[in-house]
Amino acid sequence: MSMKNVLQAVHDALDEEMARDERVILLGQDVGVRGGVFRASDGLLARYGERRVIDTPLSESAIIGVAIGASIGGYRPVAEIQFADFIWPAMDQIVSEAARMRYRSHGTWGCPLVIRTPYGAGIHGGLYHSQSIEATFAHVPGIKVVAPATPRDAKGLLKSAIRDPDPVLFLEHKRTYRLIREEVPDEDYTIPLGKAIVRRPGRDLTILTYGMMVHESLKAAEAVAADGIEVEVVDLRTLSPLDKPAILESVERTHKVVIVHEDSLTGGFGGEIAAIIASEAFDTLDGPIMRVAAPDAPAAPFNDRLEEAYLPSAPKIEQAIRQLAAY
Amino acid sequence: MVSTRQSSDALLDRIGLHPNTLVELYRYMLLSRALDVRAWALSRQGRARFVITSRGHEAAQIGLAFALDRGRDWICPYYRDMALVLGIGMTAREIMLTIFAKATDLCSGGRQLPMHFSHPRWRIISGSSVVSTQILHAVGLALSAKLSGEDVVAVTCFGDGGSSKGDFHEGLNFAAVHRLPVIFFCENNGYAISVPQHKQMAIRDVASRAAGYGMPGVVVDGGDPIAVYQAVREARNRALAGDGPTLIEAKVARFTAHSSDDDDRLYRPREEVEAALANDPIPAFARRLKDLGFLDETTDRDLQASVVAEVDEAVAFAEAAPEPEVSDLLTHVFAEEGESP
Repeated sequence: MSMKNVLQAVHDALDEEMARDERVILLGQDVGVRGGVFRASDGLLARYGERRVIDTPLSESAIIGVAIGASIGGYRPVAEIQFADFIWPAMDQIVSEAARMRYRSHGTWGCPLVIRTPYGAGIHGGLYHSQSIEATFAHVPGIKVVAPATPRDAKGLLKSAIRDPDPVLFLEHKRTYRLIREEVPDEDYTIPLGKAIVRRPGRDLTILTYGMMVHESLKAAEAVAADGIEVEVVDLRTLSPLDKPAILESVERTHKVVIVHEDSLTGGFGGEIAAIIASEAFDTLDGPIMRVAAPDAPAAPFNDRLEEAYLPSAPKIEQAIRQLAAY
Repeated sequence: MVSTRQSSDALLDRIGLHPNTLVELYRYMLLSRALDVRAWALSRQGRARFVITSRGHEAAQIGLAFALDRGRDWICPYYRDMALVLGIGMTAREIMLTIFAKATDLCSGGRQLPMHFSHPRWRIISGSSVVSTQILHAVGLALSAKLSGEDVVAVTCFGDGGSSKGDFHEGLNFAAVHRLPVIFFCENNGYAISVPQHKQMAIRDVASRAAGYGMPGVVVDGGDPIAVYQAVREARNRALAGDGPTLIEAKVARFTAHSSDDDDRLYRPREEVEAALANDPIPAFARRLKDLGFLDETTDRDLQASVVAEVDEAVAFAEAAPEPEVSDLLTHVFAEEGESP
């Protein structure tokens, strides 16, 4: 075991998978000599050479489209989109092509590729270095969406993503990169896609969340514990495929749910989770399904005060917990 | 830019095509045309829901197909490439199965519109209906060939309209920077559905854009299969030698409306269509083969009858083939259990 942050865990997963499987290649803007703007691929060019660590032109659609072709050609590309906010020019290649290749060729061709991208706010990135993009992609059949919250999960889930036969969008919350640290196994291990984990058990109320909001939710749970409110925090880890049994089991235990995400409220992934609970666990509910999310502004503003006001946080989650617990 | 518009008859010896191969090439053009004519008839009869074909492009596509290492080179076609995929190896039966969207349609099991080709044996990669997205897949396949050292190239086709897309730019630039073994094959018929070339671009030749990417651009007469064959052979040799991609622009004419859902009388002068039909590359090629002594009238008649018989058989076979089961609706969204990528 070694103490690692999320960024180091991502780096180690890339390094180990490249060492394990020669078909794994990296491509993206700045991934080579620069080692990525966050240094997730630091040193990998020197170790694996420019054939496998490819600095591409600044062309998001090409980064994904070329990765699609290379994946069909027998490789396991890990494409980096430098910031999730820049993924939209590649939307067509992701949605129309990667996510549909297997379905539309009736299983003849598939795209075993990973798209890594840093997302989320709280680092003063302004409107275009802060977006949460998961809801848009979780809507798309044919691509998996993973959003780890911890270093151990980042490493184990990224390894699973790279070994997966289908396209995976791997969302790395950039605030967790250096903030969240824990002991990470040095040996090879994977964490299966599609499995949630209970981060904190509790009997009074369930929080369903993922990414950076896992940590804010744990803080809020700790704060209300002093008043005897026992909150269960479930980290979904993967949005697609979604671990519905884990969601329903927790709700059946606690009968009350708060869904927390950093993405804006309307059309956010929380709405889908709420619909699942409402249709499949309605009888077990003892209160309304609540959501804590960013307001419907385009993204987190640059100004510190505005960014703080925009972001869901432990105090806002705590408020929702207390309101629902008293219901 | 290099022009290959020269007397291809004089090239016959130099390019080393056997006369039998030239007749075979002619037969593929005939087969594609016969399938094409039948597909439109089926559409008019209400038996085929949608038709979009390659009529007028056959010489370019068959010349291209014959210049490739069929079954090894990667093919990322577009929807007007029926003649190309026939030349690569797909059969009349397979074309009709995709037109009728049957369960055994190898392209997509009846999921896609007809002419969205895919074939496991011939390395034909499924494309979407979104124009020019396939260009980037060919670049990625060329990257995989370069990495693995396999002596193959990737080929992608698109129309003049397709060259206006961002993926065209991103793909050509990427391939040139990394000197990838890919051939970009533009089939310029002067129309993107109804929009004529002069409203698509302010240049005469799509191939002239190649200079901006640092690769050769070649204009070739798409009505001359031998000229196309030669241009593609040169591009393929360059690619295999590690000298990178080539943009080839085949000037062709579209003989039909864009698709069975289009009516080109709304936007295209009849005289223009009639002039194009008068220059049909297929009878022109037959005349050349006859002049060269490679084809006689009897053989020609036999070939024409044999492709019609082949199409008759393919239609009967495909119409009788089973429909997809409703239970198939959700297969292959993701890899099935135990399925390798």
